[in-house]
Amino acid sequence: MNKRPFLGWFVSPAGLVAVGLIAALLAVFQYSVRAYVPGSLDVGDFTLQNFAAMLRPLYAFAFGNTVLLCFETAVFTLLLAYPLAYALVRTNSSALRSFILIVSVTPLFLGEVVRTYSWMIVLGNNGFLNTLLIKLGLLERPVQMMFTAGGVVAALVHVTMPIMVIMLAAALSHIDRNYEKAAESLGAGPVRIFFTITLPLSMPGIVAGFSTAFAWTFSAFATPQLIGGGRVSTVSTLIYQLGFSSFNFPFAASLSLIGLALSLAVIALLKKAASPLERMAGST
Amino acid sequence: MKRSPAATTLRWLGRVLVALILLFVLLPGVVVAISAFNDRAILAFPPQAWSLRWFWRAFSYTDFGKGFWNGLTVTVWASSIALMVGSAFAYAIHRYKFALRDLLEGILLSPLIIPHYTIGLGVLILASQTNTARGFPLVIFAHVVMVLPFVMRSAYISLQNLDTRLELAASSLGATPLRILFTVTIPLLLPGLLSGWLFAAILSFNEFTATLFVSSQATQTLPVAMYNYVREFADPTLAALSVIYIVVTAALLTIANSVLGLGKILNVDAH
Repeated sequence: MNKRPFLGWFVSPAGLVAVGLIAALLAVFQYSVRAYVPGSLDVGDFTLQNFAAMLRPLYAFAFGNTVLLCFETAVFTLLLAYPLAYALVRTNSSALRSFILIVSVTPLFLGEVVRTYSWMIVLGNNGFLNTLLIKLGLLERPVQMMFTAGGVVAALVHVTMPIMVIMLAAALSHIDRNYEKAAESLGAGPVRIFFTITLPLSMPGIVAGFSTAFAWTFSAFATPQLIGGGRVSTVSTLIYQLGFSSFNFPFAASLSLIGLALSLAVIALLKKAASPLERMAGST
Repeated sequence: MKRSPAATTLRWLGRVLVALILLFVLLPGVVVAISAFNDRAILAFPPQAWSLRWFWRAFSYTDFGKGFWNGLTVTVWASSIALMVGSAFAYAIHRYKFALRDLLEGILLSPLIIPHYTIGLGVLILASQTNTARGFPLVIFAHVVMVLPFVMRSAYISLQNLDTRLELAASSLGATPLRILFTVTIPLLLPGLLSGWLFAAILSFNEFTATLFVSSQATQTLPVAMYNYVREFADPTLAALSVIYIVVTAALLTIANSVLGLGKILNVDAH
């Protein structure tokens, strides 16, 4: 009898999808080393000009800006998501648990456009925050919040919160509470217990959440495009601009290739930086 | 147990902190809801007059209706194809060792970290090189690639929790592999497969960045139609549509939470 029934049947469709994906990525690669023919969708001869052009300040700045934006977003998301995840896992009230779960998870299923649009109303010059602050007498004139990096970060933090809460809560829920009880019986205070036991043990969740938030932000397009309004340039907004306003697909391809390489490098770096911490957490 | 005053203060500070964070998460939704009922076309807080007319406009604007049906078509096809391809592949990698196994798994999981604009641009260039029309199959293919990792993961987790002795029992009683698959394995995996499908469907319905690249006027999905609207008009129609979106999603999740236990699906239940 066949020792591995269905093997061919089960693997070949997945193989076909993988071939399609690789072909698409190769297409990006192939376009990135071709010359741009203005006014035409066809591409010219082999060239490395696209990659050389990326050293120009405008593009170098966009790369630096994107990485910075991703880091700020991931840090603030972590700081806001941790207390929420902690409350979600540790509360004794099942009603409160359901409430926190629904409130923090619903945005995940709303999509980037709806969430970005709602932040536009919050941050606009006649928007909610400015009106509120003026009515309260805290401001005289509206403060510019739309089209600023700070506004983009606030909206991006909101976009990445749910996935971070889920990953942190998963890590926190798998911690054996007996470690904390043991520390408490030996006289450790709640703050000390948190920083010496709970936090280190939740490290795998922190690393997973942080790198996912980073990757999501790197890939985000609607938020920097709509809230940044062209004044906050990121890799994603540049690629769209190049592809659909000037039809310079070769340059868009080389940008997205470098964007891909950069996000892979940062995620690998995060994993490497975190592995001593994870080992520490694993050995306790 | 008696708590020290310091510990009590700490608990209250924690509660206030959590309440403030929840406020941050809820704020945009509340603000959108207020502005959706605003009568004037220009946003102002608090609204001077109330009306439902933006809801009627959201329903009667043809691009939204078309986008909804296009999105549903893409979502149903993409998540169903991903479910079949992904769970079959998860079965193969869970049970067997075969050539290129790890490579294939790595390639199929890679869309988790590849930016969606790279995937969108790649599929678009590939289509233009092979003279493929920018129709539904193209959009569906891009979506299958993006949701496959999620389906694979939920199928793999369900397979790990499967008691293989049930399959062995069926086998020792003379059932053929095909019969075991359909009468034992698949029925036992069904809850995991369904939650994987649901998750994939929601992600696909909301996918925006890659869809913007690969869709055309005829195949644009709801998020793309909404994006185009917000670039052209500034009235609260999109706020009304967002309210519908939020209410439907929260209702679906509340049902899912009470029927299936969202905590279990998301793996965040305390042990």
